[in-house]
This record gives sequence, structure tokens and C-alpha cells, in this order.
Amino acid sequence: MSIITRLAVASTVLGLTAGAALANCPVTSGSVRILANDFPALHAVVDNAEACVGDGATFSKNHSTKHNEIQVAALTANPAEYTTKVVANASIVPLLNDGLIRPLDDLVAKHGQNLQQNQLIRIDGKIMAVAFMANAQHLIVRQDILDQVGKAAPTSYEEVLDVAEAIRAAGIMEYPFAMLTKSDWNLGEEVVNMYLGHGGAFFKPGTADASVNNEKGVATLNMLKSLMEYSNPDFLTYNTGAVTPLWESGELAMAVIWGSTVGGLIDDEGSTPEIVAATKPVGPMTVAGGSTPASSQWWDGFTIAANISDEDAEATFIAMVNGISDDMVMANNDKAVWLMDSYKPGVAAEGVAAAASAGAEPYPMLPYMGLLHTAFFQEVPDFLQGNESAEQTLADVEAAYTAAAKEQGFLQ
Amino acid sequence: MPHGTFARFIWPSFLAMILFIALPIISVAVQSFFVEHEQVMREVENCGPFKCTTILQVDLEATEALKADAPLGRFNGLGTYTNRGHLAFHEVGQAWATSDSFGAFIAVVFNLPFYKALFFTLSYTFVVTPVVMIFGLFIALGVNRLPQITKGPTIFASLLPMIVTPLIGGLILFWMVDADGIIGATLQIIFDDPNLSLKASAPLTWIMLMVYGVWHSTPFAFVVFYAGLQTVPGDTLDAAKVDGASRFQQVRYVVVPHLMPLLVFITLMQLMDNFRVLEPIVSFSAEAKARSLSWIIYNDLSGQDKLFGSAAATSMLTILGVAILLTPVLIKTWRDFNRRAV
Repeated sequence: MSIITRLAVASTVLGLTAGAALANCPVTSGSVRILANDFPALHAVVDNAEACVGDGATFSKNHSTKHNEIQVAALTANPAEYTTKVVANASIVPLLNDGLIRPLDDLVAKHGQNLQQNQLIRIDGKIMAVAFMANAQHLIVRQDILDQVGKAAPTSYEEVLDVAEAIRAAGIMEYPFAMLTKSDWNLGEEVVNMYLGHGGAFFKPGTADASVNNEKGVATLNMLKSLMEYSNPDFLTYNTGAVTPLWESGELAMAVIWGSTVGGLIDDEGSTPEIVAATKPVGPMTVAGGSTPASSQWWDGFTIAANISDEDAEATFIAMVNGISDDMVMANNDKAVWLMDSYKPGVAAEGVAAAASAGAEPYPMLPYMGLLHTAFFQEVPDFLQGNESAEQTLADVEAAYTAAAKEQGFLQ
Repeated sequence: MPHGTFARFIWPSFLAMILFIALPIISVAVQSFFVEHEQVMREVENCGPFKCTTILQVDLEATEALKADAPLGRFNGLGTYTNRGHLAFHEVGQAWATSDSFGAFIAVVFNLPFYKALFFTLSYTFVVTPVVMIFGLFIALGVNRLPQITKGPTIFASLLPMIVTPLIGGLILFWMVDADGIIGATLQIIFDDPNLSLKASAPLTWIMLMVYGVWHSTPFAFVVFYAGLQTVPGDTLDAAKVDGASRFQQVRYVVVPHLMPLLVFITLMQLMDNFRVLEPIVSFSAEAKARSLSWIIYNDLSGQDKLFGSAAATSMLTILGVAILLTPVLIKTWRDFNRRAV
């Protein structure tokens, strides 16, 4: 971006928001300490937050993919190691369970005039987090290969199977499809998504009792197994880091990946122009004739630690609001699907936007969902490798979940 | 040595052992008898960017009050040890009552996480330990016969697998056995099977993990044996040669008996090391096909929901397992020691 356009953009922003977002910048007292996951969109947010910290205030940041492992211990300390934790709908749960983050109503009223209503995460009437980006898994396809076999882009997993068979029959690829099915958190997420697509409920209403051993559960597992027929036999080792290079080297025709990964696939690094040009985000698939997408919606947002001084909390809030300002969005438009108004959806965002407009369910923000998620990825590999029946696997999932939930005190 | 001198001599190590070994184990043991407090939950309205829902959430004040009263958690006795995640008494009993054949019973038991992991852990231990010792001995014998000038570089090269961090060594091999990696692709050509994948089949994954274990541990056995070989009495060997002993007979009747104490030492170390196998499973992403006891502990303690009680119980069971494995070796050492003392 040239200096002229940058100035033009900056003055437009100032004109639109009347400088409100920057009114409190820079903060000159207190301390801002950020713990966040490690990917480009969050770097952009944190860097912009840092720009708001002036003389007299202190700043530190920790970008780590292991952020979830340390967050509870780090925020339990008094004063907390970090004043803010960037969370998603699953990682906020342990912080809520232990009361480690503070309600933000006062701070939002004082400094958050520019935030949209839908950015405010309210739990029991109190604002506990400010969301700034959305994410979801969805299908991407190689248009050139679909054209070769004369198929349109699929809209359901049944059609994915059909197209995959056509590609195999045409001798183009033996294993045209991939999902994030590594037998860790990734596989759990695929089971959750597929089960949501079947319209399943994870728990008996109003209780923490798992109820996944039902027809929808069986259909979920069977669909995953059918899909894996068209995925490389190594599928239980596939995470984003494994699928992305396969896609970029042209070994896949269809893949279900995170929306936040698409930007990296359609940039000019790591692949050939032909593959990049043919890579098209489609959107989340439906399954079994349902209308709810077989995908869950995720948001990323920031929280403020409970065990810190009010001064630090205010400084951090101001810095983070600046971190998600319109300037940041305009400078980093294609790095994520931002929830702020100034965002202009690009090609990379089409899949996530499609998930939102198709009404995908948010990932359940329940205190005991993580335990069920773990039970899924511990037990489902047995079924996918053909060692046992779907009913047996689902019974194992429920039993493993129950043992863990009893130990955590969610079940008696 | 007078008892007073002995006590003065030993107390620093003794203190360190209590502080850094005994107390942590006691702490883990205590932890294993407790589980988290009952989580008091109530229904709340939850609104996100996408929609509002009514969900159960932990009632902080009520749960905090419970925690303040008893910070360790709820006493559960041996409940964690006997639940489905560990010894699974109830499930095993039920399987015994309902299975119509022994095979069916075994199948049900090996579907339980603890027994599945125990089966792999024991298989790994009992395959890797002897192979490591045999390889280590042969490499040591081979290197010992090398001309002086080539000995140094050979020893250095042989030690490399032990120098590489286990997790890193595992990851390097993981990518080499990938279908596009040098080993994976070569195997596909040798066996003329384009779909051959070491990562996809359970037996091949087990073999791969065991081969890795042997590759990683052999240098340790080698270096210990090699040191031992330097002390083999030349007179006895010469006498054996004069008596017409073949090379094999010299090794069998002179060298091996001389190295016996080292053999016991390596057995002890290898049994302990192999019983707590973890790194190759993590770096080979093999958790779908092979889980060890240590992997269960690792899994309980990683991620955002940490099961401390469960991990503590598995740790205690692992210590018990190591103790049982080592008992025969220790008894033998004790007998030898007494015999020598007499």
C-alpha cells in the first residue's frame, strides 16, 4: 500500500468514526500482558494493541499454540500472569468454570462504543468476552478436477462421496478427499461437526448425561467411515499441517479445512498458479438430507483476567479495542473473517460466510463438552479402522465420557 | 565403615532422594485418591455472535465454597483406580459374566483403555529389551575388533541415535516413512505395493515403533558393553584359544559370563525405559493404533480439561508395573550379591 492510499484510508477511518476508537490511545499507565494463539490474524490484533501502549504503561505478549494448556494456571495466579487471554468458544470454558475472567459491562460502556452488539458474548446477562473473528470448517474443491469429471461442486456429503467416486473411477486420483482426522482434538471436531449436521443433541436436555449412542450417532460414524474410503489410509495422522501441503502439491481434489487456512492456500506461496487458480472455497456440507450444515461455528475474542487491578484491566481493554479497530481490519482484511463492520469479505471468507448464512450451530460452550470431545477422539479411531461396530464405539464414548465427567464432578 | 561415618556420608543424597523422589511420589499417591468437587451447575442464557441459547454453567460461588472447605477435592478412595479408565473392575466382571468364550472376554477387556495400553506397553518392552541387548552386544564385539584408527569415528557414529532428542528423532523418522518419504517410498518399490503405508496399518505401526525403540536404545547397550569388553581378562581368552575354543565359544563361555553384571544392569535400565515409552507414539502420531500407559497420563494432563486424579492413578499403576517387572531381576542381583559377600 502506498503512503498516499494509506493516508486516504486513515483519513476515511477518522472521518467515519470521528476518532472515537483512538480517543484513549495511547494508554499511559497500567500493564497490558497478552496470551494468544499463534496465527497471522491474532498477530495483527496483538500488534495493533501494542501500538496503543504508550510511555508509562508496560506491554508483553505470548503467542503460543499451547495457550490452552497454560491459560488456567497463568490466570489463577494473583496477580494473573496475563491481563488478557484471546479465547475461542471452547477455550473460554475452563476460564469461566474457575471464575478467572471478569465481566466487561463497565468497560464496554466506557470504552466500547464502537463494538457491534453481536461481538459481545453474554453469559447470564454479563458480557464476558468481546469476539472479533469467526471461523468454521468447510469444503474446498479443485474446480479443474470437478470440470474434468463433469460434476458440480457438492452441497452435501452424499454428493462428496459421489464426486469422489467419479474422480477415482476416472483414474485421476485414488484418494481425492481429506478431512482433519488426526486422532487428537481434530478428529473429535469432525465427529462433533458431523453429528451436528445430523441434528443430534450431545446431552440429555438440562443434564450433563451424554446421549450420543443413537441412530444419529451411528449415521455420523458411518458417514465418516464412508468418506474415509476416499481419503488416504494415513488419514488418522491428518491435521492442518499435513493436509495443507497435500493440497498445495495437487494431491487432493476436495478437502474440509478451517476457513482461516484458506487464505494461505490461495496466496502465491507453496503451490503452482494452476492449483491456486482452481482452488475454490465452497461452504459447509449438509448431510442425510438435513438443512443444518455439518459444521460448527467458532468465534475468537478477548477476555480480561479477574485477578488483576482495575487499572490494568482498563488499560488492557483500551489496548485490545484498539487491536480490533477498523484500521486493523482494513490493513489485514484477508487474514480472517472479521466481525467488525469495516470488514469486506474476500474470496478466502466465502466458506465461513456460507456457514454463517446457512445457520451452522455454534460449537457448544458447555463446561463438560471438552470431556465428550476427548472421548470422541479416543474411541472413534477403533471404528474408523474397522475394529468394532458403531454401536460399540458409541457405547465406549459414553462410558469414557461418564468416567471422566464423574471425576471432574459434572456427574454423580 | 562405622554407622556414624556412613550416616554422615549418606545424608545429603538421602535428603535429596526424599525431597525429589519420595515426596513427589507420595503427593501423586495422595492425589490419586481424590477427585474434583461436585460442580454446582445452573441454567444461564448464553449469547454469542451467532445466536442465544440456554446452557448449563458452573455456579461459581457455590463451587468455590465447596473448594474452600476441602481444597484437595472429594475423597474417592480407590474409586479412580477401579473405574473404566483404569482397572475397570466392574466392566471386566461384566465381560466375564456375559462372554461365552475366553476369546470374546479378552476382546472386551482389550477394548478398555488401560488394558489396551498395558498390552502395547508390555509387548513393546518385551520385544525391544532383548533385541536392544543382542544388537548392543554384537555392535560392541564388532567395534572392538576394528583397527584402532577407525574405532573413534565408528563409536561416535554408533552413538548418534542416542544423542538425537527422542521426540525429534521420532519426527524425522515419521516423515521419512511417509508415503512420499525416502523410506516409505523405497518400501513401496521393494514390495511393489503403491498403497503400502506404515502409518495406516496397526501391525506395521507397532513394528515401526519397536524398530524406532531399538534404533534409539541400542547405542546405550553398545556403549556399556563396549566399556565392559575392555576389562575382559586377556589371560582367560588366550587360555580359551589355546584350548581350541572357536570365536563363538570364546564369546559364549568367556565374554558373556564376564559381562553378566552389565547385562543385568542394562536389563534393569531397559525394562524401566521401555515400560514408560511415550515419545515415539507422540511423534509418529500413532495414538490411534498404539497407546502406552505413559501416553494415557500425557493425554490426561494435556489439553484444556486436565484429569489430575486419573493421571495420578495411572502413574501409580505404572510405578507398580515397573516394580513388578524389575522384581525378578532385583532378586537375582540380591542373590548374587549375597553369594559374593559369603
